[in-house]
Amino acid sequence: MADQLLQQIVNSLLIGSVYALVAIGLTLIWGVMNVLNFAHGDFLMLGMFIAFWCYTLFKMDPLLSIPVCAALLFLLGVGVYRFIISKVMKGPGLAQLVVTFGVSIFLANLAVMLWTPDFRLIEKPLLAGTWSLGSVQLSIPKFVASVGSVVVSAAVFLFLKKTRTGKAILAVEMNRDAALLMGINTERINSLSFGIGSALVGIAGAFLSMYYYIYPQVGGLFGLISFCIVALGGFGSIEGAFIAGILIGLVQTLGGYFFDPAYKYALVFLVYLITVWIRPQGLMG
Amino acid sequence: MPKITARQAFVAAAVLVLLALYPLAVRGSFPMHLMIMVFLFAMLGVSWNIMGGYAGMFSFGQAAFFGIGAYTSSFLLTAHGVNPWIGLLAGGVVAAAAAALIGIPCSNLRGHYFAIASIAFAEIVRIHFNNWKLIGAAEGLTIPMQDESLRNFMFHSSKAPYYYIILSFLLLSLGVCSWVTTSRMGFYLRAIKEGHDVAKVLGIDVVRYRLAAIMISAFLTAMAGTFYAQYILYLDPESVLILPISVQIVLVSMLGGAGSVMGPVVGAAILLPISEVTRVKLGFKGSGLDMIIYGTLIMLISVYQPQGVWGLLQRLGWKKK
Amino acid sequence: MSAAPLLDVRGVTKRFGGLLANDDVSFTVSEGEIVSIIGPNGAGKSTLFNCITGFYRPNGGSIRYAGRNITRLAADRICKLGIARTFQIVQVITDMTVLENVMTGAFLRTGRNGAARERAEEVLRFAGLHEKLDAPATSLTIEGKKRLEVSMALATRPKLLMLDESMAGLNPVELRQMIALLRRVRESGVTLVIVEHVMEAVMELSDRVIVINSGRKIVEGPPKEVVVNPQVIQAYLGDRYRARG
Repeated sequence: MADQLLQQIVNSLLIGSVYALVAIGLTLIWGVMNVLNFAHGDFLMLGMFIAFWCYTLFKMDPLLSIPVCAALLFLLGVGVYRFIISKVMKGPGLAQLVVTFGVSIFLANLAVMLWTPDFRLIEKPLLAGTWSLGSVQLSIPKFVASVGSVVVSAAVFLFLKKTRTGKAILAVEMNRDAALLMGINTERINSLSFGIGSALVGIAGAFLSMYYYIYPQVGGLFGLISFCIVALGGFGSIEGAFIAGILIGLVQTLGGYFFDPAYKYALVFLVYLITVWIRPQGLMG
Repeated sequence: MPKITARQAFVAAAVLVLLALYPLAVRGSFPMHLMIMVFLFAMLGVSWNIMGGYAGMFSFGQAAFFGIGAYTSSFLLTAHGVNPWIGLLAGGVVAAAAAALIGIPCSNLRGHYFAIASIAFAEIVRIHFNNWKLIGAAEGLTIPMQDESLRNFMFHSSKAPYYYIILSFLLLSLGVCSWVTTSRMGFYLRAIKEGHDVAKVLGIDVVRYRLAAIMISAFLTAMAGTFYAQYILYLDPESVLILPISVQIVLVSMLGGAGSVMGPVVGAAILLPISEVTRVKLGFKGSGLDMIIYGTLIMLISVYQPQGVWGLLQRLGWKKK
Repeated sequence: MSAAPLLDVRGVTKRFGGLLANDDVSFTVSEGEIVSIIGPNGAGKSTLFNCITGFYRPNGGSIRYAGRNITRLAADRICKLGIARTFQIVQVITDMTVLENVMTGAFLRTGRNGAARERAEEVLRFAGLHEKLDAPATSLTIEGKKRLEVSMALATRPKLLMLDESMAGLNPVELRQMIALLRRVRESGVTLVIVEHVMEAVMELSDRVIVINSGRKIVEGPPKEVVVNPQVIQAYLGDRYRARG
């Protein structure tokens, strides 16, 4: 019993850290420009497909395709910001919410049209197999994905706190007008943040592709869960997104194990609703 | 405080007459189905507007109430032989109760926070219904065949009765929305939309009015759900409880003009024909092309006409509010 | 003082984490008075306002209005009982017309559309905004918006009106108009408590002035006395200055 519990906790941390990386990208975008990117899950899907096609067409292992995913998703993020999002920023709040739904529907169905709705899987990643650590079975691809996510999350955190550009992003997040007065080009920061946030989720997609099924609609659920994580952690808080990601991983896995696997996502949403009732601004908001 | 001018009354009457004659003028089942869908989504949009456009509670989870309405009446009919009209009222009550249940924890949430909470709520309902054996779980419910009659809320030989019923429902929702708008509640909801502080300082019980708006909206949305069940004769979670339905409801209101009574009607009249026609003509075997167009349309509307078309028509000289 | 005070604030204390924003503040306001609350920035005046009007809950002390303990009541309940207020940053309902804004206030006392409209027009005439009644609220100048906010508050038929820096940002002409309006408000039977920085208004309008510094009430009295009180001068200007005359 205790063994099973330990296994489930390990599984939670494995998925939780990837969730955290996905959520960090989303919360960065939110924090900087108050936009909730409903297409975030579909960006993840694209990251997964890029990794898949790199593997299938160029025999690149998913780990090697990380830079490709990051670069392409960065460009996509900047493009979506420049040509679509920036145009609704001055409009009513409802339009800002709805426009990214449009992007989401567009991307998911573009994937259907280009690649069919079939499920794909990367059959033979470089790092495969399972470690046995005592009574715990540790899937190596999941472990690598998890560690990789934590490393990237830490890197983002350091980037924001230590580099000049990173600090500029944080400044805009804290007070847009003050940042403008300090001479920070807030438009550029917006594009950059959208790009970085998208690149992060692209990297998460590359990690996930090592063991997860890849198909056009996969973004939907991940997207929803990442919104809950971001809201739970506090919109705009990187640390909050990380902690909340782990927490949600725990809720999902442990809840699914102890209660009913079919309801695991419902439990996530329930925990989110309860938290937001008690503390509307999230854990660190 | 709209004082209807003689000109506006004439136009409204003329439109109603045309709509009443429409079933007699068209042939084939698709044109009727299309208008029924337009009226259905217009009603859903008008219901959404009461909480979304007026009170600023942007719900992206209306599908939950739609599904609750559909399932309540259908379950009562299939399992207990309850007349669908009674089931309609029951569905409305259950949906309103669910709305109160979710409305209380969300009573201080605004904007994006409220939107996500509404999605989370709708997903919980969907996942639960997907696993709930009592109401058919993923297989869904089939409405049993009954003799054709108004009492049975079922018609086989023609779609026309369904057409008139949903049109009446739509007129009812427009009446409710119009009443809300011109009454104290309407003013209070708009104050709440502006900000909770400014509302409180005018003596408004913010939680109570928010709940009232959500419950009225949920009741009407559930009515539409029952209609849908009696019309399509089959429902499962994937057809009534999914996010795309909620998004379409918001879109219809936004395109037409959130915050105006007639806005969602205009929005439905534009959006539904586009989405139904592209689905039929281009949605062959899951190619996704129809949805690509739909997604593009959403982006274009959000960028270029976010205030909605109704506002545009107004500026062109209609002077209605 | 034979009648009980309209507003009786006793020992109100409010803490935000480590910061003691209000420290044992007590004062009373009698019906028909105009009382000003002044003090340097950050002294805790708005916090006090928020405690009295139900936006904050005080950590200690009590607030009585017309003999009734309102310390723990919610803001909308307090408004229903007859205390109205305005905000430091003017708050009006932006997608409504001037008339609709005031009607929203009037609806507190009547459920009928027609009666609310009549009351709103009456208040707008009183406040000198009647000619703008169909204008969008956003089209008003800052002075117009402040007047609108006062009108909205008056439409709720308050016995006590609390104004938070209503004179800020007004030019001399607008200032005189606002002072005249507030006089008319008092004459119509409404008691006023105002937080102010603009000393001209304080001197002209107030029956009494209360000075708050660092969360504490330091002085209370008629305006002419308060303004030359050494403690008050020190609070505003520091040790090195003295008042003249």
